Amino acid sequence: MKKTPQELLQIEYRPPRREWMDPHVDFEARRGTWSYPAAPKNLEYLGLPNPREWSPTDEDWKLPDDWKEIVHKGFLDLLDRFRSLKVFMDCCVRCGACSDKCHFFIGSGDPKNMPVLRAELLRSVYRKDFTTAGKILGSVAGGRELTLEVIKEWYYYFYQCTECRRCSVFCPYGIDTAEITMMARELLNLLGVNINWVVEPVANCHRTGNHLGIQPHTFKDNIEFLCEELEDVTGIHIEPPINKKGAEILFIVPSADYFADPGIYTFMGYLLLFEHLGLDYTLSAYASEGGNFGLFLSHDTIKRLNYKMYAEAKRLGVKWILGGECGHMWRVVHQYMDTLNGPAGFLEVPRSPITGTVFDNAASTKMVHICEFTADLIHHGKLKLDPSRNDGWKVTFHDSCNPARGMGLLEEPRYILRHVLNELYEMPENTIREQTFCCGGGAGLGNDENMEMRMRGGLPRANAVRHVHEKHGVNILSCICAIDRAVLPTLMEYWVPEVRVAGVHEMVGNALVMEGEKERTTNLRGEPLPGKEA
Amino acid sequence: MRAFQALVIVAVLSGAATLAAGVTAMRPVLGIVLPYLALAVFLAGMVARVVWWARSPVPFKITTVCGQQRSLPFLRRQPLESPFTGWQVVGRMALEILLFRSLFRNTRTELTPRKNLAYQPDKLLWAGALAFHWSFLVIILRHLRLFLEPVPRMVGILESVDGFFQLAVPTFLLTDAVIVAALLYLLARRLFNARVRYVSLAADYLALFLLLGIAGTGIAMRYFWKVDLVSVKELALGLVTLRPVLPEGVGAIFFVHLFLVSVLFAYFPFSKLVHMGGVFLSPTRNMANDNRARRHVNPWNHPVPVHTYEEWEEEFHDKLVACGLPLDKE
Amino acid sequence: MYDAGKILAGLVIFLLLVTTPVWWSFAMGAEVRAPKLVLPEGRRACVLPTGEMKATHMELLNRWRDLAVRHGDRVMTTWDGRKVRRSLTQSCLGCHTDKDKFCDRCHDYVAVTPYCWDCHVAPRGGAS
Repeated sequence: MKKTPQELLQIEYRPPRREWMDPHVDFEARRGTWSYPAAPKNLEYLGLPNPREWSPTDEDWKLPDDWKEIVHKGFLDLLDRFRSLKVFMDCCVRCGACSDKCHFFIGSGDPKNMPVLRAELLRSVYRKDFTTAGKILGSVAGGRELTLEVIKEWYYYFYQCTECRRCSVFCPYGIDTAEITMMARELLNLLGVNINWVVEPVANCHRTGNHLGIQPHTFKDNIEFLCEELEDVTGIHIEPPINKKGAEILFIVPSADYFADPGIYTFMGYLLLFEHLGLDYTLSAYASEGGNFGLFLSHDTIKRLNYKMYAEAKRLGVKWILGGECGHMWRVVHQYMDTLNGPAGFLEVPRSPITGTVFDNAASTKMVHICEFTADLIHHGKLKLDPSRNDGWKVTFHDSCNPARGMGLLEEPRYILRHVLNELYEMPENTIREQTFCCGGGAGLGNDENMEMRMRGGLPRANAVRHVHEKHGVNILSCICAIDRAVLPTLMEYWVPEVRVAGVHEMVGNALVMEGEKERTTNLRGEPLPGKEA
Repeated sequence: MRAFQALVIVAVLSGAATLAAGVTAMRPVLGIVLPYLALAVFLAGMVARVVWWARSPVPFKITTVCGQQRSLPFLRRQPLESPFTGWQVVGRMALEILLFRSLFRNTRTELTPRKNLAYQPDKLLWAGALAFHWSFLVIILRHLRLFLEPVPRMVGILESVDGFFQLAVPTFLLTDAVIVAALLYLLARRLFNARVRYVSLAADYLALFLLLGIAGTGIAMRYFWKVDLVSVKELALGLVTLRPVLPEGVGAIFFVHLFLVSVLFAYFPFSKLVHMGGVFLSPTRNMANDNRARRHVNPWNHPVPVHTYEEWEEEFHDKLVACGLPLDKE
Repeated sequence: MYDAGKILAGLVIFLLLVTTPVWWSFAMGAEVRAPKLVLPEGRRACVLPTGEMKATHMELLNRWRDLAVRHGDRVMTTWDGRKVRRSLTQSCLGCHTDKDKFCDRCHDYVAVTPYCWDCHVAPRGGAS
């Protein structure tokens, strides 16, 4: 990042003189706020349209000759399949309630990051092409001709939305910009206009089973390596089962949890928990991804990637599925999976083998969130915990967008945290729970070339963290999302360098008192525990 | 500029109606033909719009959840923010439609001079919107005294509540003042809030000016340029009993009022005003957050290319063997 | 998922609500014609021309009250040059002797409840 925080904070919220209907994006001047296009090999692998080398800074985007017709037909097809699109296109009254709710608007002041205008980018074309008033009255009725410049603007702004759905909470008609962004990305996808940070993980996941493209032997290696680290800290030797047929539970985590710091400490927490319980579970090298970047590309790719979860559960003959800490994964699991790839009649209604609790809220999908599972264990007193081991941490909890607004998982992680550590401080109420702010890097935007926009989009979250850091000395930001764990450390380093990032189950792992463990002198990160400094 | 376009449109419409009302031959058009036409367009247009929406399925249950889900019994749920049953959805929708729950959440974001972000509660938009919609509803219900014979007792009671203060003759009605104040606030907000002005279309001002025109002529008729109410009721009843009559001696201002109402009705289905119906169909609000408990069916859930386990095992066969992971096929 | 049943029901309710006046009128067999009033025999004109009286009599009465009660100004010259005492019970009801067949018919028709009778005693027919 070339710009300093002070420079970035010079934000002008007053809209420019230039009317928004006039599309124009200077990609060269705005480097740092957009993502690179998809590499042709990834589109080819997935069989998606128009693979080619191109750059947004090019004049010619090498679109198919009949691109206009493709978009028009594609739009009609989406209107036909999604009532949400029709209603959201027709009902906005431009009341402006959403206008200052988007983290990208708050961080950039760019008026087209107001959710209402982001939607109008699509809506103006809809009016012109599909409504009586727009056809007759044109721009007076808010209609706009679909031009190449409009497509370029779509690319810029629909890949500048993290589909966090905060605006949808405030909209009197529940208009959901995530839904509109998903539709726009579907349309762009028809022209081969999409970003590599989305398409490559999708291609990887389709092939190897996870976004990072980790092949089965490396998957096993990584996990064994983490187990060695874990043994160093706890003295407990764990060999997690992989692809084990007949296990009771299939456990699926986002791939970053077994790959990168600080997700790996969360993964260690899971492993300790299961060892503590003696749980009959298995990991899978085939369904080795909880997340689903297909969500950021098209509804078809959601289904293609998500297919593996049920398929693997069926193949292994498990009773139900347990899912790790991941944000958008849970939007897919909660709101899309059963519809797309269910019904999962071959599984049983999830029942905790330890407490006997039947998770009837997951009676159909048959997949339980690890926080639901753990909170239930704690409630029944099944875990031996020593919260003082986490005393080095002053913790605040960041609600990840999707578990918060996509499923309402608000209390479970807080319940867990309150039992595994002693100092938990909430950020201001307009920045948490259903009003939580995005990390700035969701929906495929967490790449390095988009860094300026990430830092801008993450500003509201970082600002709230700084508030509790200054007020209570908070030094760690706890979350239940792998994208959070991937992008928040960078965000914190930029805005609040004193604060680090951790998963909830890392804290659980620190606090768990294991049978036969050696005296712990460090936390899972290998850092000395309070009072145990050498 | 866009506001000006809209103002011109409404001014031209009002002017044309004023001129036409002075021409005897035009009165049947203003008083009978256009109202019938406008009502027909309104009803057919709204039904067509809703049917058009309804012809597309709701493929996914994409509830926007605003509170704690129903999961573990020892965690306190928020059924009106995260409904699990049909009745809880009804409750959430009722709050949304009757009390504008989501607008009530509104905040104003500010970057303080010390570069801190602050979120202040901002209920003004909520209050203005609620005031406008409710007074509009009460005014429409009050008008039933001109369309119903005999007049139901409720209509009279409503009017006496509305005229609670018993100021002036004829009694000053609270909603008359409230609707104008609310509309002026909504207009001022569009004009003077930089962000809202930036996103406002001519159509947004058009609706406000039309409504102001309607309210203005209505109030003028009641308090300043009186019309013979008995004749007005004759005309209104004639329309609704499908035996239209055009009584003598109804002032021109009444025809301007009626014309603007007709324009509003006819414009309704082709404008953002369809939010009246759309709010009921918003998929993020009108569905339960019971996704994992009850399966939602998508009628077009077509097959997609997938990478099966067999293909995967074949592709990574040697590596699986080398690292000792089990195989389905030896 | 279409929810066709619920939407259809919603549309029917919408149509029924909007067309309330139509079916109400047919159900009640409403008269379109304005009510027939019993006019005083042998009198040609009121204190203002009929059209003006129809539209503005409430304002006239209100003004009368202020002038007569507050200022003691009790005599009015009508449009056709007669002198009339500003009095509801004496002047108005002097000619329009039957409140039921004059005042109430229109007031009921357009659902107006004037508060004249909060203080004044209605002749015959009783208070409305």
